[in-house]
Amino acid sequence: MNQLGFPILTVMVLLPLAGALLCLIWPGQGEGKAGMARVIALGTTLVTFALGILLWISYEIGGPQWQFVEYYPIFGRFAWAMGIDGIALMLIMLSVFLMPICIIASWQSIQSRVPEYMAAFLLMESLMIGVFTAQDIFLFYIFFEAGLIPMYLIIGIWGGAERIYASYKFFLYTLLGSVLMLIAMLWMVQEAGTSSIPELMTYDFPGGAQNWLWLAFFASFAVKMPMWPVHTWLPDAHVQAPTAGSVILAGVLLKMGGYGFIRFSLPMFPEASAELVWIVFGLSMVAVVYTSLVALVQKDMKKLIAYSSVAHMAFVTIGLFAFNRQGIEGAMIVMLSHGLVSGALFLCVGVIYDRLHTREIERYGGLSDNMPKYAILFMLFTMASIGLPGTSGFVGEFLALVGAYEANSWVAVVCTTGIILGAAYMLYLYWRICYGELEKEDVKAMPDLSVRELATLGPIAAVVLWMGVYPESFLAPIRDDVGTLLARIEPANPPGDAQLAMGAGMLLEAEHGDGHGGDHGGEGTH
Amino acid sequence: MTIWESLLTVAPELILTLGATDLLLVGAFSKKPDVSRRVSIYAVLMLIACGLSLLGPAGNGGTVFGGLYVADAFSTFSKVLIYASAAIAILMAPRFFDRRSEMRPEYPVLILFAALGMGFMVSSGDLMLLYIGLEINSLAAYVLASFMRQDTRSAEAGLKYFVLGALASGILLYGISLLYGFTGTTSYTGIATAFADDMSTGELFGLVFVLAGLAFKISAVPFHMWTPDVYEGAPTPVTAFFASAPKIAAIALAVRVMFEALGPATDAWQQIVIFVALGSIALGAVAAIGQSNIKRLLAYSSINNIGFALIGLAAGTQAGVAATMSYMAIYVVMTLGSFLCVLQMRDADGRPVEDIESLAGLSKSQPGLAAAFAIFMFSLAGIPPLLGFWGKFLVFDAAVAAGLFPLAVIGIALSVVGAYYYLRIIKTIYFDDAAEPYAPANSVMENGLIAVTAAAVSPLGYLLVPFLALTAGNAAAALF
Repeated sequence: MNQLGFPILTVMVLLPLAGALLCLIWPGQGEGKAGMARVIALGTTLVTFALGILLWISYEIGGPQWQFVEYYPIFGRFAWAMGIDGIALMLIMLSVFLMPICIIASWQSIQSRVPEYMAAFLLMESLMIGVFTAQDIFLFYIFFEAGLIPMYLIIGIWGGAERIYASYKFFLYTLLGSVLMLIAMLWMVQEAGTSSIPELMTYDFPGGAQNWLWLAFFASFAVKMPMWPVHTWLPDAHVQAPTAGSVILAGVLLKMGGYGFIRFSLPMFPEASAELVWIVFGLSMVAVVYTSLVALVQKDMKKLIAYSSVAHMAFVTIGLFAFNRQGIEGAMIVMLSHGLVSGALFLCVGVIYDRLHTREIERYGGLSDNMPKYAILFMLFTMASIGLPGTSGFVGEFLALVGAYEANSWVAVVCTTGIILGAAYMLYLYWRICYGELEKEDVKAMPDLSVRELATLGPIAAVVLWMGVYPESFLAPIRDDVGTLLARIEPANPPGDAQLAMGAGMLLEAEHGDGHGGDHGGEGTH
Repeated sequence: MTIWESLLTVAPELILTLGATDLLLVGAFSKKPDVSRRVSIYAVLMLIACGLSLLGPAGNGGTVFGGLYVADAFSTFSKVLIYASAAIAILMAPRFFDRRSEMRPEYPVLILFAALGMGFMVSSGDLMLLYIGLEINSLAAYVLASFMRQDTRSAEAGLKYFVLGALASGILLYGISLLYGFTGTTSYTGIATAFADDMSTGELFGLVFVLAGLAFKISAVPFHMWTPDVYEGAPTPVTAFFASAPKIAAIALAVRVMFEALGPATDAWQQIVIFVALGSIALGAVAAIGQSNIKRLLAYSSINNIGFALIGLAAGTQAGVAATMSYMAIYVVMTLGSFLCVLQMRDADGRPVEDIESLAGLSKSQPGLAAAFAIFMFSLAGIPPLLGFWGKFLVFDAAVAAGLFPLAVIGIALSVVGAYYYLRIIKTIYFDDAAEPYAPANSVMENGLIAVTAAAVSPLGYLLVPFLALTAGNAAAALF
């Protein structure tokens, strides 16, 4: 079966599901049932996290590409096929790591319909793990789409004032993006005769069809990612969702778009990816500059972070489509880092929102005086978001930009301004919230972080620093898989504009030779 | 083949004819107070007996009575669905009618007669039997629509249904007469032979009129106008019945006619079916958005769903037929489940409520019912992992395999529009502030049926997918 002797991936998918059902059917009423649901949810997510760690430990770096493979053809047309590579492993780790934090973050801020809330989150976890483990293209689609249901309910039931509009927008936007992908999948499976993702990843689709297929997948992943100009659902959804909902949305759901590009668009349609790379680069460049500028003028904290997410995800897309190792590995690190950092930033917003019940930046100020612990952690995540060396943000963005520079220097130049603008809007945000005079009475009364809140932010801070100082732990599992992907897309690699210069000694010799040739030619024409 | 073998082949129809007539007499002459309950039970038992008889020659006896009647895997598949829906329609009725003491033994009897007609429809091998089956079904249906005779809306629904239905029957009959006139036969095989040579203009006209008549019965655009009014006016159990069994029968009938009789003219009807499918999907999706009555909304939803089912037919392939039949099977479960939920919408006095707004806050007052409602709505919208997705998956798969990319792309994009109004119901149930709570749902029978149907369309239903694929595949293979 696998190195563990039990189907760990299936267990990881089904365990949260079982927890969700347990939350719903646990007997009791009112507060007792709510408390029990919190405990069940926390227990389930912690056990799943433990299983995730077990998965990481037992994952054999340098072993076969697909590990922990399971295959049960119980659905006729498609199979319950599971298996992971290093890329999926890292994203699963991100999901299971953020999940208990989300539960803890919702411990007190959610007071109504707690069992349903916890069940929705556990269902969400189950589906997220399913997306990253599915090895059958239709199974993947089912998990990918099914995630809409719990998120729709989370935004719609426990969201803010405009929650209904936001929930509709989220649902319909992402659904419209995905259905075209389904048509493409149907065609691919008929063409290739298999619905197994690993087999499809090595199947050469005819050139003419690739562009259409690529566009269909792009429609889905670009919305999910989200890329400019189909990002508008994100600020609405983020602002209205409850804190933990935003964390999951920013932390994991957006990564499904990036995962889709790595798993489907690039290896399955390498030629189309190369041919249509200008779409990705163009949209990403606009996204970086435009959404950063938009973030600069936001009055709502959550909206600001939401726009910054769009800008950061643009680094992922340029990295992925740089067609080189630095770019793809950088994109992976940006995804992991952004999952942690933006999740943490939303938690930071949640902390002060729980105290003052407003997300308006102007209502705060001077928090470094009365909430020093909060100010330190918020500072760390701000810096990580900017990409300060030593934090995870730096590693990812640096690698992605190096990759992009090799592919197209203009893209790199334009996108690097995103780092400057990122520093501008994040520092401006931090300044307005934490610095300045502590003069507002209600702000003065805000207590510093509680133990529970420290328990949510502390672990993320640790991982952010770990990833910033020693990214090798996170790069090692994905190295071989990026290599496989590169070998697959290498033949299609579009010509970059990098001017690779030769070493100095060689250069002289070459000039010499060239000079001769040129002279001779020149003389000949005279 | 002896006469006994022939009679065994039509066993379900025999059981229904004799049984329904007997029950009619029992209902008319019995003086017992609980006669309608007894008749209902007998009717359900009879439908079960019909279902069991399909295990014998009635299930696969082949062609009997000189090609008039066909018993094959296709008719069996359809009949199982029809009898099951009819039985559920009988079981869900008593409490609804009892409140106004309008439960009369005629209700189950009429359902049995309708089922009899539908049995003939799906087993017909000849245009004459097709028409007779259709009329037996329709006449019973007209009466059922106006079953609550004191209720003006019900009476109006019956009248409207009758007038428009008669018109459609006329169109169909005209088409049949044209086909008979230009091909010289009413048997499907004979017509297919005539069409195989060369299609004359008269034959084409006949084909178009037959299709128009059938489109009325499946309430596809542009012959859908009766649906919302009839669905709204008819008593809810009757609406549930209309939305399930006759839809299967009419779709199955259309499939059989198009492949067995008009198979050689696939090119001619394919474009019509594509137009009808897209029109139904689009209208069903857009027109439902503004509805405030749940039954009207479900009427548009059924138009929308029929459009999706027709996509499989439009593919014109065996896989397409299998997809259409699978879609109908899943659709019936979802629809019956939805209507069972609608039946639970009763105010404190037990009066039925049909306003969508009244669902507000149902998730707080009756979480179980709310969850079931949400499952059916998400499933009707075709969102995985619910089973409704699988039906859409199959029909789009067939369309893509047949190379009908524009149809597939437009159809699936319109499904997003449709998702909007299903979401609106879920929004009302889960997001809105509580309205006046409903009377408690305390019927064990109805709650049980809701639980069973909800479990079937939940992800657990995917375990049935291989079985569904096998039976629907066999059914489709019988036509090719």
